[in-house]
Amino acid sequence: MKSSKLKTFDKPAAVIGVILFAVAAIIAYDASQMSQQAIYGIGPTAMPNALALFFAALGVAHIVIAFRHGLPVPDQADWGAFAWVAGALLALIVAVASGAGFILGATLLFAMTARAFGRKAFVIDLLIGFTIGLIVFLVFNNILSLTLPQGPLERLL
Amino acid sequence: MDSFIALSNGFLVALEPANLLFAMVGVLLGTLVGVLPGIGPALTVALLLPVTFKLDPGGSIIMFAGIYYGGMYGGSTTSILLNTPGESASVVTALEGNKMARAGRGGPALATAAVGSFVAGTLATIGLAFLAPLLVKVAVAFGPWDYFALMVLAFVTVAATFGSSPLRGLTSLAFGLLLGLVGIDQLTGQARLSFGIPQLLDGIEVTTLAVGLFAIGEALFVASRHLHNPEKPIPIKGSLWMTREDWKRSWKPWLRGTAFGFLIGALPAGGAEIPTFLSYATERKLSKHPEEFGHGAIEGVAGPEAANNASAAGTLVPLLTLGLPTSATAAIMLAGFQQYGLQPGPLLFVQAPDLVWGLIASLFIANVMLVILNLPLIGLWVRLLAIPMPWLYAGILVFAAMGTVAANPSAVELAILVIFGFIGFFMRRYDYPIAPAVVGLILGPMADAQLRRSLQMSLGDPMIFLENPGSAILLGIAVLALLAPFILKGLERFQMQED
Repeated sequence: MKSSKLKTFDKPAAVIGVILFAVAAIIAYDASQMSQQAIYGIGPTAMPNALALFFAALGVAHIVIAFRHGLPVPDQADWGAFAWVAGALLALIVAVASGAGFILGATLLFAMTARAFGRKAFVIDLLIGFTIGLIVFLVFNNILSLTLPQGPLERLL
Repeated sequence: MDSFIALSNGFLVALEPANLLFAMVGVLLGTLVGVLPGIGPALTVALLLPVTFKLDPGGSIIMFAGIYYGGMYGGSTTSILLNTPGESASVVTALEGNKMARAGRGGPALATAAVGSFVAGTLATIGLAFLAPLLVKVAVAFGPWDYFALMVLAFVTVAATFGSSPLRGLTSLAFGLLLGLVGIDQLTGQARLSFGIPQLLDGIEVTTLAVGLFAIGEALFVASRHLHNPEKPIPIKGSLWMTREDWKRSWKPWLRGTAFGFLIGALPAGGAEIPTFLSYATERKLSKHPEEFGHGAIEGVAGPEAANNASAAGTLVPLLTLGLPTSATAAIMLAGFQQYGLQPGPLLFVQAPDLVWGLIASLFIANVMLVILNLPLIGLWVRLLAIPMPWLYAGILVFAAMGTVAANPSAVELAILVIFGFIGFFMRRYDYPIAPAVVGLILGPMADAQLRRSLQMSLGDPMIFLENPGSAILLGIAVLALLAPFILKGLERFQMQED
């Protein structure tokens, strides 16, 4: 996490600068689509327009620092582990979106995240995840009367 | 005198069995999440918001405050024994604390942190009880322009003045402000930045942002670094108790740390990090044993730990009296108040005195509970550090998902959560602070509303902000606070060139 002084061009800073410009453009476009209602002082488009300018200014500042000291240089990342956690989160979304239910989603989320952190006993972790998901569902459904996303399994309970 | 009467009424409320139970649960949870790496008080309160939706408002808010205080106590344990601070306010504690633990003085390090936290928490809560009514008297006369100026000041101080980089802090703030715009505009009913997605019309939930940035972002970040630096806790060797010498060297740092923490926390400046850094630097300068710094000086643990606890109480001053959150946890507590239809501010002291003073009184009780939990029972908490990392983070993610779908059972909400998680990962990777985004999301729409209200009252004349002395002074300070980091940096460069 130290900034290197030797590099002449810092790519991450430039990429973030470009993203900030894109966001500024989206905000300005969205504001331009709103029907203008003239009220005293400022309407609903004033804040978006001001924010678009703010984003553009931040974008300029990022491009400038890209040519100077740049952003802090991060450590080497373990992208395999990152992919496991990302996959676990995706599995949860798919489980809820496809109507497979919260318990199944939680089971996959737990086991795949544990795998990302180096656990090898996948089946045992699936069982632990299932148990936690089941307990959470029962507590929420029966004690707190909050409904979690239901699938075939949840309807049996 | 008013404070005394109000506070004794508060104690009657806080001592009700149900409220004592809420406080107990709060401090237990707070210590737990403080001790465990990867989760902090902001995330915990965010996860509990949907769960407590149907519970008693007073009790829930007492519990949230218990979590805030408990998290500040518990954070020292991880810093000292593991060298991986649970939250940014404990980073400084790790400097000397971990060295002490390595030298076999982990016990006294934990003890001076716990006693210092108690002293600081108690004194700062007394400060809160006396300062809050005074501020309320001032705040009653505030117009929308004053509130707007105050919020601008809070934005600047939280994002720019005290962070490691004003540019990254302001970028994080802009991200939060952007999310604050999403949804239907309160004054005109126009949909902003919703892109035709119906779930976005209601706006972005503060809890979803906080859980995404803190829990998911943190899990992704730790997973990506885990294999490179696994840390093992250092077992506590020898006596847990402080020697006479330790006490003698600790009490002054406790008091100075308390002063730093409370004053900076109570200004709408926010953050517990700055007072801990200031306290550390001061103790290093004043110490009779400066050579010990860097090798385990007890003053370097006592001062910063007192400072971070005092700042938690200090942060409650602007939160309760002005409705102004200046830390991530305070921002989420504000969301908690709003969930029950309560708006912190001068009116709350009139409308719900039982709730406000019950809360303040319960903070004293929470402090006593915490010192008991953290001194004799410290061994139990240390054992929690033995939970395997894979299960810990897998569990955190399951609970994060649970909290989000409980508030809003839809796949779209989960997708938004995960997107925030990825953004949180990259923010951590390139050292962008998280708190300004959370504060920006909750304060942005409030600032927007106050700005437009002011301009409606002035018939569109922006000079209203400069004609009123209150807002003019606050905006002036905000401009200074924005420029200060650049001027200081320029001075530094100037001095370096001279050398």
